[in-house]
Amino acid sequence: MSVHRVMGTEVEYGISVQGQPTANPMLASTQVVNAWANAGARARRARWDFEEENPLRDARGFELGRDVADSTLLTDEDLGLANVILTNGARLYVDHAHPEYSTPECTGPRDVLVWDKAGEMVMRRAAALASAQPNTPPLLLYKNNVDNKGASYGAHENYLMERATPFGDIVAHLIPFFVTRQVMCGAGRVGRRQDGSESGFQISQRADYFEVEVGLETTLKRPLVNTRDEPHADPQKYRRLHVIIGDANLAEISTLLKLGTTALVLRMIEDRVLPGGLALERPVRELRDVSYDASLTHLLRLKDGREMTAVQVQWEYLEHARKHVERTLGSDVDAETAEVLQRWESVLTRLETDPMTCKDELDWVAKLALLESYRDRDGIDWDHPKLALIDLQYSDVRPDKGLYHRLVRLGRMQRLVDESEVEAAVTHPPGDTRAYFRGRCLAKYPEQVAAASWDSVIFDLPGRDSLQRVPTLEPLRGTREHVGALLDRCDTAEQLFEALTRR
Amino acid sequence: MAREGGQQHRTGKRADEREEAAEAEAGSDVAERKDRLDEDVDAILDEIDDVLEENAEDFVRSFVQKGGQ
Repeated sequence: MSVHRVMGTEVEYGISVQGQPTANPMLASTQVVNAWANAGARARRARWDFEEENPLRDARGFELGRDVADSTLLTDEDLGLANVILTNGARLYVDHAHPEYSTPECTGPRDVLVWDKAGEMVMRRAAALASAQPNTPPLLLYKNNVDNKGASYGAHENYLMERATPFGDIVAHLIPFFVTRQVMCGAGRVGRRQDGSESGFQISQRADYFEVEVGLETTLKRPLVNTRDEPHADPQKYRRLHVIIGDANLAEISTLLKLGTTALVLRMIEDRVLPGGLALERPVRELRDVSYDASLTHLLRLKDGREMTAVQVQWEYLEHARKHVERTLGSDVDAETAEVLQRWESVLTRLETDPMTCKDELDWVAKLALLESYRDRDGIDWDHPKLALIDLQYSDVRPDKGLYHRLVRLGRMQRLVDESEVEAAVTHPPGDTRAYFRGRCLAKYPEQVAAASWDSVIFDLPGRDSLQRVPTLEPLRGTREHVGALLDRCDTAEQLFEALTRR
Repeated sequence: MAREGGQQHRTGKRADEREEAAEAEAGSDVAERKDRLDEDVDAILDEIDDVLEENAEDFVRSFVQKGGQ
């Protein structure tokens, strides 16, 4: 068992127009996305292909053969919302009045971290470009999840899973894990209840917004486990677990642990090695109670009558993960899996003794340490607006204004990736998934790519009346190893298409 | 339970380390170290003070979002 599988994140950013609280957020978000798309200075902008987006479609099965799509099928533009695919394989678009960045498909937590950080860089630069337009007031972006007035927006994770795994198993084992993982990957929040009407700190941004255990919704009655079944891949083989319960993280160790530990738990569920027994009496209520207790002493009540802290529940999952890695890989364990296990243990150990020792690793602890310092120095209480401002400004994407970024520059946050890696990921796709094919096609044949999506690239080739659709339903095909030499060799999209269809 | 045993072992090790660190420090003056830490925190807050948006109350009040996913 390792942390490796196909995975990614999608983050909706908070947006505001400086000095104009009533500005239209969809318009502002569109300006941000368009600014980035236009900066590419390409004559043609590839559109998002919604062909396979409808979740009802898998009822009638997918056609693996080549489709011939008419341009009238490309209805995304009708919505009037900006929606572009980047040369790094990511998607940048307007969703629910927020600009959103979805990473390309990656094969491990560390790569997702790098391409998620690349998304922060894209957002920061896009906002700067949009704000530089004449007569445009500054557009401010925040990598957070709440406005403290009732609205919340998501930071989702996606994990490709084996279709054969019963969904009931996934739900049963994930709920106690999701309720408690916030002790490592909560982003911290000043304010309690959805509208922030109660003052105080809590560990998670999102805990107040979950109301049911399982369901399909993402914008109301949010469930701990989301059931959307839209694999963007062969539905006979795969399901895509769409995780909506996470916070938007800036701290790199929080991000690595969020993705890495979740990947390990999913593999244990697929391998059927988790014994169960951690079912919670009232999971939705516990999610909030854990979040409201920064001392980490709250006891969750289990269905079997036991009581455990959130950290103790996490220990249970870690112990099983250690054993399963030892059993399946022994000393052949890969470095990334070993790192996730080691950091998981290190963080849990210190959260149990002195959570503040994690202040240069985890978002919620870093934020709380800063807030407590202000409370000490200025003698202010939790209802003071300065503390709410610190919470908000922690997530400002600008390096000079964002408090997370200031802490990094002061050497107060540990980093796992270096800036040059992130810079490269702004323009280049990961090499080991279909994102490689998508990203390189967009970079090399920008004039001929009419549209693309997770599972297709659509070409508009000279001399052909209809658009030519290349399906990419297998996430681990279209890699550098698979098509790198071919892409190097083909100077034109026509040559590429000929070569692909001749096979 | 095996897990609890393991946990105690880990906690015990941490406690030992902390004791050793405390002993090593006992000779030097702990007060001086605390002063240094305080100055350190003050330096961070001074820097953050410089970049905090003006008029916290208005700024926070005007951050109004439409709901998302």
